[in-house]
Amino acid sequence: MRAPSLQSMFGWVLWRDLILAWRHRADVLATLFFFVIVTSLFPLGIGPEPQTLQTIAPGIVWVAALLASMLSLGRIFGNDYQDGTLEQLLLTRQPAYLVVLAKILAHWLVSEVPLVLMAPVLGLQFGLSQNSLLIVVVSLLLGTPVLSLIGSIGAALTLGLRAANVLVALLVLPLYIPVLIFGTGAIQSTVNGTATQPWLLLLGATLILAFVFAPWATSAALKISVE
Amino acid sequence: MLEVINLTCVRGTRLLFKNLNFTASPSELIELRGPNGSGKTSLLRILCGLSSPAAGQVNWNGKNIRSLGEEYFGAVAYLAHQNAVKDELSAIENLRISTGVAGNPLNKSQAREVLERIGLSDRESLPARVLSAGQRRRLALACLLTSKATFWILDEVLTSLDDEAVKLSREFISEHLKNGGLAVIATHQDLNLLAERVKRIEL
Repeated sequence: MRAPSLQSMFGWVLWRDLILAWRHRADVLATLFFFVIVTSLFPLGIGPEPQTLQTIAPGIVWVAALLASMLSLGRIFGNDYQDGTLEQLLLTRQPAYLVVLAKILAHWLVSEVPLVLMAPVLGLQFGLSQNSLLIVVVSLLLGTPVLSLIGSIGAALTLGLRAANVLVALLVLPLYIPVLIFGTGAIQSTVNGTATQPWLLLLGATLILAFVFAPWATSAALKISVE
Repeated sequence: MLEVINLTCVRGTRLLFKNLNFTASPSELIELRGPNGSGKTSLLRILCGLSSPAAGQVNWNGKNIRSLGEEYFGAVAYLAHQNAVKDELSAIENLRISTGVAGNPLNKSQAREVLERIGLSDRESLPARVLSAGQRRRLALACLLTSKATFWILDEVLTSLDDEAVKLSREFISEHLKNGGLAVIATHQDLNLLAERVKRIEL
């Protein structure tokens, strides 16, 4: 018997989560609408002054992205935990690290990439320049995977608990702070005309760090949660 | 080859069992009996490595399963109380995805064959949500059948199955044992299996 490759098993987990997300597309759209509505309410509430809007834009886009990604964290493992498929996923020949990584990748593709694609359109409401809009997209592209990676730790730790949603927020939001600071810093720098590159490099470094450690921490947390 | 050495299980503050010892070799069936709440499921979860025992250890081919990790998971198939069936997916999608994830991918026609064998061929494209409890159990059995695991751990395998499906699952289990497989089955019903060697453990 030829041993099946780890890539193909990784692919099946990813494919599985993408199909399931497609069958629940209303949930996915809810996250996106939340992001759109929160970012659109601010210009309406604050008034059309371009100077003010440009100053607050980076913070609002990033805080809205943070909160929107929080909304969908429960779905990474929640349903699988309830119907017993999570146990079966952990009982496979592939390391738990890879299962977790595939699920995080699926979560990012489903819940975060639409926000990244939508962000430049929303940025227009704040009167951001073309260059700023580009940095909005780049910083979100680098930063949102970190949100999925770190969020998965919180989601795994709170599996099966009653106040899981509140706990996830308490656990995860403080850990999101570096991403928030670096992400808004990058966009702010384009508005102020200072150097953008350092902020993006910091975001990239955070991404690498989260990529290495978060799936490992998440799989350890999952093993405790299913026990 | 499975060895259980001085296994002790504590749930909360309750001692479920203490100093449990048994061994199982290829083609051997272990029937696990005991009243509700006596720790059958807990023992099975320890055997498949999902929970850790309060004391003692489980060895597979002479090595502690805790140190074997994924290598051991590849040799084990666990049929839990929950069927691990996704409501949103059709029967055939459920089967193909769970086998793919476990590393034994089936193509469409192979998956159809398995579903036919288990008696679900006319239900293959219905979402699992609309299947009956027995049909969902059959679907979980289908996933078990396609696994190449040598060690089957089955929790109340006959629950909600009709006579025909019970007969089928007896055949599958006997066949598995005949091919040199090993099985631990927690059950309340008599299995009446034609296995050569059966050990019964009361909890």
